[in-house]
Amino acid sequence: MTDIRVSAVGEPEASFGDYVALLKPRVMSLVVFTAAVGLLAAPVSLHPVEALAAILFVALGAGASGALNMWWDADIDAAMRRTRSRPVPAGRVAPGEAMAIGLALSGIAVVMLGLAANWFAAGFLAFTIFFYVVVYTMWLKRATPQNIVIGGAAGAFPPMVGWACATGGVAVEAVAMFLVIFMWTPPHFWALALFTKGDYAAAGVPMLNVTHGRRATRNHILGYTLALAPVAIGAAFTGIGGPLYLAVALVLNAVFVAGAVRVWRRSDADSEADGHLAERRFFRFSLSYLFLHFGAILAETALAPFGLGGW
Amino acid sequence: MAFRPDHELHRRRFGRNLGLLAVLAAFVALVFGLTVVKVSNGHPMQAFDHVVRPELARGGGS
Repeated sequence: MTDIRVSAVGEPEASFGDYVALLKPRVMSLVVFTAAVGLLAAPVSLHPVEALAAILFVALGAGASGALNMWWDADIDAAMRRTRSRPVPAGRVAPGEAMAIGLALSGIAVVMLGLAANWFAAGFLAFTIFFYVVVYTMWLKRATPQNIVIGGAAGAFPPMVGWACATGGVAVEAVAMFLVIFMWTPPHFWALALFTKGDYAAAGVPMLNVTHGRRATRNHILGYTLALAPVAIGAAFTGIGGPLYLAVALVLNAVFVAGAVRVWRRSDADSEADGHLAERRFFRFSLSYLFLHFGAILAETALAPFGLGGW
Repeated sequence: MAFRPDHELHRRRFGRNLGLLAVLAAFVALVFGLTVVKVSNGHPMQAFDHVVRPELARGGGS
């Protein structure tokens, strides 16, 4: 009884939802989608139960890295409005508990993926977790304004892991999917940073707009968007592409580059005047951009049995 | 003797336990499904206990 009384007046107790929030379900949903596309687009097909299990364990690995990220970054999260109510900075889950959950789930995800699919994919998942937690979260996030670019690599691995689950290896198609997400991440996050400017500065994270100014951030957004276009369109000419993907990629990249040019041409005064309208629109469109590219890859795969997908 | 009414904390803990039960049940179902698929697909597997393993015998196996 004593522990209940202490909890009731002392620290708030976590609900099941808090443990779910620890795994960053929104990031997991993106990982599930891109890993599923990677797995389904591969030329080798898995049994549906094996495929389902593989995707779930890749998602679990992503959730585990989310928990480890929240454990390590609790100080940053507490300083930012957007992340202040997360379970660890809000005090509902103890930091040590978040770390233990993250480590345990990482181990379970890797071992189970090895058993469900293959050990190459499991090793790849372990490397992805290591890259996100150690290389990005612990090392480069607080050290360089290019942190988003490095973090983008961690977010870009899931379709390659999905592909590896089916084939047991890596191919040019998997690398193409990786590059699309890798090049897409910087403009996506820097657009977000442009209209949440005060937060990163308060948390002491060296975001590009804090260290090099907002003009440099706008230049970088345009540069990465221009570099992304040939990569995304070029994927149409690999094994995962086809006429449908090419048409979708041409339209989306034209709109995305136009949005980046609009953001680039604006001054901070213009941006403040209309409440960062162009930056917000660019950020929202970036979500559809990625979803539709991977949707088009999936559509090419789905149409293939009818002789319509691919070249 | 009257029962004390449940505190809000009890309800929250019950919800948490129920959630964990659902997760564990789903995990068991998934592992069972995987096992059935692996066995019926004839994946190479071998029991390591209480079975004869010819390749361990000197000069045996392939």
